[in-house]
Amino acid sequence: MDLVETLLPGVGIRYELETRSGLLLGIVVQRDGPVEIVVYDAKDPDRAKGVFQLDPDEAETVADILGAPRLTERFADLSREVPGLRSARFAVRPGSPFVDRPLGDTQARTRTGCSIVAIVRGADVVTSPGPRDVLHAGDVLVVIGSEQGLEQLGALLAGDG
Amino acid sequence: MEDVAALLLELGALFVGLSLLGLLARRLGLSPIPFVLLAGLAFGEGGLVPLESAESFVEVAAEIGVVLLLLALGLEFTADELVASLRRHTPSGLVDLALNAPPGLVAGLLLGLPWQGALALAGVTWISSSGIVARLLGDLGRLANRETPAVLSVLVLEDVAMALFLPLLAVALAGGGPAQAVGGAALAVGAVLIVLTAAHRHGHRLGRFLTHSDDEQVLLRLFGLTLLVAGVAQAVGASAAVGAFLVGIAVPASLADRARTLLSPLRDLFAATFFVAFGLTTDPRAVLPVLPAVLALAAVTLVTKLATGWYAAQRDGVGVAGRLRAGSALVARGEFSVVIAGLAVAAGLGDVGPVATGYVLVLAVAGPVLARVVEPFSTRVLRA
Repeated sequence: MDLVETLLPGVGIRYELETRSGLLLGIVVQRDGPVEIVVYDAKDPDRAKGVFQLDPDEAETVADILGAPRLTERFADLSREVPGLRSARFAVRPGSPFVDRPLGDTQARTRTGCSIVAIVRGADVVTSPGPRDVLHAGDVLVVIGSEQGLEQLGALLAGDG
Repeated sequence: MEDVAALLLELGALFVGLSLLGLLARRLGLSPIPFVLLAGLAFGEGGLVPLESAESFVEVAAEIGVVLLLLALGLEFTADELVASLRRHTPSGLVDLALNAPPGLVAGLLLGLPWQGALALAGVTWISSSGIVARLLGDLGRLANRETPAVLSVLVLEDVAMALFLPLLAVALAGGGPAQAVGGAALAVGAVLIVLTAAHRHGHRLGRFLTHSDDEQVLLRLFGLTLLVAGVAQAVGASAAVGAFLVGIAVPASLADRARTLLSPLRDLFAATFFVAFGLTTDPRAVLPVLPAVLALAAVTLVTKLATGWYAAQRDGVGVAGRLRAGSALVARGEFSVVIAGLAVAAGLGDVGPVATGYVLVLAVAGPVLARVVEPFSTRVLRA
């Protein structure tokens, strides 16, 4: 499978993917969020045909459908491939000192070496959260790190750090 | 107090009118720019409706409009995209310059304009409207097409080239000789390079100065800084627009998205006022006599832009139909042609105004129309 990435100056990025069945799929991700999914004309292979235009929220829904089940699957693979790397999920409990505080306040990476790669909030997933993403009671953090680091982070989130 | 009432009434009627024109333009699948220019022609000197009380406000707002247009252009722009465009499409950019600037220059000289005016006209015919073209590609569902990266790269190169052309023109218009004008452009090249390098290394500092959780703070800081830099650039004779463009490229990518969102309503408002102001300074009665020349110039530069797009798309290995689409997409001239002409008119070369107005009116309409009809046409020809 070949994925070709082309920069579209001022617009965004175009991805082209030739599927095994021989169909060429194009995806344009615009800088401000909208996404176009196209196939190409058989008579004029330069021309996009059958364009789906997705608003940012629609694109996000499609991405969730395609991506969410894979998220944990992929981390499981990763932990198998890299010796010493573990993934874990931690719930932010109502009594945690970090409820309603930004993720950056946990200083998780500095203090434990762990990376928080996603926040699962009900049906939503915040992937690659930034330090300014605010944690709420009931959030589940998807974390990768060393065995020891994960233990420390668990304690930290519970307020015993 | 009556003055205030008259000012508010005139401005209110103006903006309501512009909104209706914008609606009409969208309905027809065209850019609002030619309609706004026409509205400008209809007002003021020699026009149907005098715009007395609002005229001084419109003049000031027009200056801010140019500054915001160029700031927004700078915010759009990233060093990566420039490098990628330069790497793949430098020859296309040079062909673009070689084919599209000389017709304007020659036409200007034939029309009896001074060489500075002819130089401005060269810029008017050279630069396609990235606003019209980008919107057109999105509307026609062509963003994913194979010829589109070539088209967008040509636009990026033109936008940067314009940032270098504006100071050259500003120096020439201020009475400097060709040597001084080239010196001015060289200074601008230096300034752009310095700002790009500095933004790469120290952009986060500017980012920190501009960032605030409050949108109002970000807007005030960015707008204030831009006006300050634009003012300094104007004071040293390099044109305010270039200063604004430099601020735009210096803003780090992390903040640029937010800045674009915050600024876009302001830009739309003031840029529309700028197009009206340009129409105001032009006497509609002066457009008619130059109309044959304008039509001839438009026809010639329509063909040269087609050739530019053809060449750029061909370099990317695109087929005949795609090359025609690329060429026709580039035909539209718009906002930046008006910015260039506005600079010349402000410097006292009033004769540039009618030519540029007529020219932009013709190609801002013809470009999108051509881009639309070329698609069924090329499909039919290819199948036949």
